[in-house]
Amino acid sequence: MTARTTTGATAGATPSADGDGLPARFDALIAGGETIEPRDWMPDGYRRMLVRQIAQHAHSEIIGMQPEGAWLTRAPSLHRKSVLLAKVQDEAGHGLYLYSAAETLGVDRADLLDALHKGRQRASATFNHPALTWADTGAIAWLTDGAAVINQAPLCRTSYGPYARAMRRVCQEEAFHVRQGYDTMRALCEGTPEQKEMAQDAVNRWWLPAVALMFGPPDTGAGGADARTAAPGAAVSRRAMAWGIKRHTNDELRQRFVDSCVPQAERLGLTLPDPAIRWNEERGHYDFTPVDWDTYREALGDDTHWARQRIAHRRAAHEDGAWVREAAAAYAARADAAGGEDA
Amino acid sequence: MSTTSDVPAVRPGPPPDGPPPAAPDLALHLLRLGDDALVLGQRLCQWITRAPTVDEDLALSNIALDLIGHARALLARAGRLDGTGRTEDDLAYTRPERRFTNALLTELPNGDFATTVARQLAYSHYAVLYYEALAHCADPELAAFGARARKEVAFHRLHADRWTVTLGRGTEESARRMRHALERVWPYTGELFEEDEVLRRLAASGTVPSPAPLREAWLHRVTGVVTGAGLTVPTPTWTARGGRSGLHTEEFGPLIAELQSVRRQFPGGTW
Repeated sequence: MTARTTTGATAGATPSADGDGLPARFDALIAGGETIEPRDWMPDGYRRMLVRQIAQHAHSEIIGMQPEGAWLTRAPSLHRKSVLLAKVQDEAGHGLYLYSAAETLGVDRADLLDALHKGRQRASATFNHPALTWADTGAIAWLTDGAAVINQAPLCRTSYGPYARAMRRVCQEEAFHVRQGYDTMRALCEGTPEQKEMAQDAVNRWWLPAVALMFGPPDTGAGGADARTAAPGAAVSRRAMAWGIKRHTNDELRQRFVDSCVPQAERLGLTLPDPAIRWNEERGHYDFTPVDWDTYREALGDDTHWARQRIAHRRAAHEDGAWVREAAAAYAARADAAGGEDA
Repeated sequence: MSTTSDVPAVRPGPPPDGPPPAAPDLALHLLRLGDDALVLGQRLCQWITRAPTVDEDLALSNIALDLIGHARALLARAGRLDGTGRTEDDLAYTRPERRFTNALLTELPNGDFATTVARQLAYSHYAVLYYEALAHCADPELAAFGARARKEVAFHRLHADRWTVTLGRGTEESARRMRHALERVWPYTGELFEEDEVLRRLAASGTVPSPAPLREAWLHRVTGVVTGAGLTVPTPTWTARGGRSGLHTEEFGPLIAELQSVRRQFPGGTW
């Protein structure tokens, strides 16, 4: 019930490379488009990058349950309540698959959660925005899950096997969430003027978090970033792409997202809050306003009400449940001991 | 109580070739069962993102989802049978507190995790027994509902059984909390098995079974689990009642206000 998955928790320990052909074999697997599995040798940097990325993704699923979870008790029809329950449940499930995938790299789920609670690791800052109305649940599912699908679809072919397999399940469910989010927004847009106003207000607030934060910092000059601004992101992306962890730049994926959302917003009769959005015949893409990263980063530091609140909520749940987890551990230990005596 | 007075524009009563004479009784009975599932599901929604582990967030949301599904089926049928044509959402979102007919057990605040487990233990054992009985009733739609729902609540029962034993046999603290939780919840279990005139008529006509005769089997089963947890089934000196006639706890108003808030803020909205 509460026992953490121990799948391969030790299997990921790095065997020594001791001069034999292990690094060459790793490079050959990557070059050949094969997957790296937990028992394969891998460079420390590869392992570290994966742990960081998978943990951040798992944390984002768990923290991302909060803004929508807050609306479970207020969903305006029993059908919508059921759909939202299923979605929040999927997010808990995604968090669990991803923690299990991270554990195959030799880390422990409890340590990852501890790192989240103590601020050593982070969830996506997207969820450091509040869900203020019912329409926010629709906008989150349509826009941020929509961004997640575009971001994550290539991860189904990422080079680390357990991560790729977890992502295949995650992506299928995320695609379903996007359709449900769109449907929630459609119902509001076809409803009363007050409902439509609520939908537009939610899109006004969730558009920029989706465009900016779901894809990460600029890593090319495409978004209008100068070379100096894009340099740190570009370096990380180059490394991740060389290792087959990433397949596309942040900016490519961001463009793909904007291109998919504009016609959907038009069909809904909603306005995306960016006056610069227009079709660029020459590029074959929609233009949009470059994200003002400096301002945006400042607004999203750890010292904002919602950044603090998300972690405080998570930590309170964890601390309140400590006695339950202790009971489960004590009971399991006793059952193991009794089993040992019987044997 | 009347189940129709909050929709005065529609005249209750069966149309000429409409439902059988038992319809108003059956409608009220299904409303009660539906309200039990809805209100308990709503309480469990309050746990999500606050559970002791992510696995439990997942388990409790799964149980809540099943319960809301049961509520939808039961309320929809109640609305068809009572002649008012109310939908599941009309019933969930437009009735004031006094028109809800759930047993008080289902509205008890979540308390600590042990209290929720004790409430789930009492309800899920009852629900398994009652839905099993319903699966054999003459009404094909209700029998099909009972057959499906009993399988789902059997999982809820397993979840509650395991946690009762884990907490009862875990640490000193968890055993103490589980013991207090059982004592807190137990006076509210009697109402699940209460039989009034409506149920007596329904049982006498063979329409649906009464829950009253199931109490002994229920007590036998929960006693097995509680004893296995190293604890004792409380023998309460009083029995809470009132929920079936719309007399609820003071904590119930905020629960319903929250449930209905968005829908009430947008009159005429479509969702």
